[in-house]
Amino acid sequence: MKLSVNGKTHEIDVEPEMPLLWVLRDELNLSGTKFGCGSALCGACTVHVDGVATFSCVTRVGDVHGAITTIEGLGTPTALHAVQAAWIEHQVAQCGYCQSGQIMSAAALLHRNKTPTDADIDAAMSPNLCRCGTYPRIRAAIHDAARRIREA
Amino acid sequence: MSKLGTIARRTFLVGSAAVAGGVIFGYYKYKQPYSNPLLADLPEGAAALTPYVRIDAQGVTVIAPRAEMGQGVHTTLAALVAEELDVAWDSIRVEHGPASSAYFNAAAIQEGLPFAATDRGSLAEAARGFMAVPAKFLGLQITGGSSSIPDAFDKMRVAGAAARLALVEAAARRLGVAAGTLKTDYGFVIAADGKRLAYTELAAEAAMVELPANPPLKPKAQWRYLGRSMPRVDMVGKCTGTAQFGIDVRQPGMVFATVRMNPALGAPLRKIDDSAAKAMRGVLQVVVLPGGVAVVADNTWRAFRAARAVRCEWGDASYPATTQAMMDAVIASFDDKHQDSQFRKDGDVDKALAAGAVVEAEYRAPYLAHATMEPMNATAWLKDGRLDLWVGTQFPTQARAEAAKIAGLPIDQVHVHALLMGGGFGRRAENDFVQQAAHLAVALNGQPVKLTWTREEDMTHDTYRPPAVGRFRGATAGGTVQALDARVAALSVIESQLGRAGGAPPGPDKTIVDGVYDQPYGISNYRATGYRTPAMAPVGSWRSVGHSFNGFFMESFMDELAAKAGTDPLKMRLALLTHEPSRKVLAAVAELSNWDQPLEKGRGRGVAFQLSFGVPVAEVVEVTVTDAGVKIDRVFVVADVGTALDPRNLEAQLQSGVIFGLSAAMFGEITFGRGTVEQTNFHEFEAVRMRQSPQISVQVLENGDRIRGVGEPGTPPAAPALANAIFNATGRRFRELPLSKHIAFA
Repeated sequence: MKLSVNGKTHEIDVEPEMPLLWVLRDELNLSGTKFGCGSALCGACTVHVDGVATFSCVTRVGDVHGAITTIEGLGTPTALHAVQAAWIEHQVAQCGYCQSGQIMSAAALLHRNKTPTDADIDAAMSPNLCRCGTYPRIRAAIHDAARRIREA
Repeated sequence: MSKLGTIARRTFLVGSAAVAGGVIFGYYKYKQPYSNPLLADLPEGAAALTPYVRIDAQGVTVIAPRAEMGQGVHTTLAALVAEELDVAWDSIRVEHGPASSAYFNAAAIQEGLPFAATDRGSLAEAARGFMAVPAKFLGLQITGGSSSIPDAFDKMRVAGAAARLALVEAAARRLGVAAGTLKTDYGFVIAADGKRLAYTELAAEAAMVELPANPPLKPKAQWRYLGRSMPRVDMVGKCTGTAQFGIDVRQPGMVFATVRMNPALGAPLRKIDDSAAKAMRGVLQVVVLPGGVAVVADNTWRAFRAARAVRCEWGDASYPATTQAMMDAVIASFDDKHQDSQFRKDGDVDKALAAGAVVEAEYRAPYLAHATMEPMNATAWLKDGRLDLWVGTQFPTQARAEAAKIAGLPIDQVHVHALLMGGGFGRRAENDFVQQAAHLAVALNGQPVKLTWTREEDMTHDTYRPPAVGRFRGATAGGTVQALDARVAALSVIESQLGRAGGAPPGPDKTIVDGVYDQPYGISNYRATGYRTPAMAPVGSWRSVGHSFNGFFMESFMDELAAKAGTDPLKMRLALLTHEPSRKVLAAVAELSNWDQPLEKGRGRGVAFQLSFGVPVAEVVEVTVTDAGVKIDRVFVVADVGTALDPRNLEAQLQSGVIFGLSAAMFGEITFGRGTVEQTNFHEFEAVRMRQSPQISVQVLENGDRIRGVGEPGTPPAAPALANAIFNATGRRFRELPLSKHIAFA
């Protein structure tokens, strides 16, 4: 089975029902995508499939036909995506465990909506749980990232 | 390293440790300081000037030996050292460092419990240290009790200052000048003639320097890092997926495991049939553990799937099978036989109750899960008589001890590599998952194995926040409170948690009444009594521990008393508070929230105050009643931390505490049926999400007499402030958590 992740094509030999999350984490050693619930309840595993935010923990790898982007492919410490730059500017993370998923959800939101309202942010981000309660800074960072993207 | 160098460094350590102890605890007598754990693995040419500072050719590394579980502690601990060491912030590296008694947490114990050191000889060592005798002597490396900053404030600044003096002295010797002619500047020693010597090149010589025992610390006015919002050292990693949490560990040839433990907590495993599981793809081994089974596979998901396929015959729970029966047991413990403490008994409560207008109320709080975002996990590798553990833990010295016991190794052959934690909240002060990983390492001798729990395993095998019941009576007259009789029955966290860690000490458990007996209200007739419910399902420390339920009981009741007295609930509290920093906190939240400005119809606001972990915190919650339910609009928080080190991080911690407290108040409940936990995942244990997250305004004051930490104190006032706001908006008083059992939230 072939899988395109962060612009690279991987040949993998796994059951088609294996969740994409565990292919990424255990087979491809891309540990930035996190396991939180395994049931599409917390959003920690969010990745992009053709730019759309997707819960990798409930996505059968055999059903994935598009290009996958993980947090590692969104940007790197030396080449940050606008959302990551805004996250750092606002010092969003606390424990940080949910933040890969939060950032991927936010990046997908801003990809389709460059001027999100607070209600848009509520709708797009509520699937992503944060037990540290970083929501106030996430909201501020999304507005800031939207500005960065519009002005880029 | 020459023998001379080693001795000199040890001498240095004696000096700095003695100062640290003296500053924090005047009564300490350090005779045998713990050896510096960094010396064991020091490469040639590197120097470990104290247990907190290592300098090598690459630069300066600060050891921040506390669990980083989101509270930003690595950043603030590093800032304490960097401030005095005089190094550039972006030039330093920060590491957790090894599990070591050198990193004992004195403040956690100092703030611990009110027991006198009684019968030292008869107690388990861990329990003694936690409860009664100074931490130094037991060497417990603990993160909890909002204690990291109070513990480190002097200790780590002294470490930085002492290391700086050693570097200056080394430069003085090399240049043949008096140390007093030298200055330092961001990682360099500067001579009078402008010559610059990098710390990195002076490190080895600095290790030979014996130091004065009492390095002076900078006055607050000269601080460059402390008192400012520092960029967190873990931020870039956490925003790019490159930060390594425990669950991300990868070792060469590593295999993947999960466990299925008896859902009747603590009960045995009778029998298994693993034939179906063993036939599944990728399954390598099925390991029977005490009370459960582990499946080892070549991929975590395959281990999860196969674990479900193991047929298990479980033993029955030793505790009541249902929540109802458990709450009945809590209620039944309100009698003399179960009385655990009466830490406060001011005036004549019974007489005052007979004289005034009496209010009575009963409050209830449920079991709660910690539900950290990162499920429990640990990686272990036993090889050639050495066990390595990679784990996110709040209690690394205990993790090491328990793993050593299981592996049958001396403690110095067990190496704990502490990693970032996807949340702790007290859950990672337990070591059940470490024990399981150690068993797996033994079974797989020679091969590294990573254990990952499913979310279902995590939610159903927690060490829960105990259920509690509060029975309150009070009397009002003349617009204020004349009497308060607070009685609380709960399970003992100390008995359960320290029982697991080696043995709980005798004596009362302060956590049963924390937040009730200790509040700075000058009520002339004030009695607080704790009742201990006999152990049932395991309970543990949950962010703010006893304050988490007692804050709700106490501050809901204060509101009920104000209603009875016909007085403003905030002004009534203000008039009762006898502690000046607490009064200022409450007055500040009144101003911040425009308390005196009336709200429009359909809205309401509530206030609550709790002094916890030495930090007075007042919160005002504003709600609107909508067709879809109660909406939390805004929260105002004022806290006094004595000395504020990192304003942005303090704000984040207090906001976090509020949201954690609101989540539990609105939705949090763990129930039991047939002896097992009924909630399995986040759909049954909800928390506040973005759409319900209110605006939270924070103000931090510095009137307190000593520095305090705020990992926990933001949490206790959230639930009562919300319940009081709902009462204000609707006239309905809810005395049982979670509130969603009684009212819908928008």
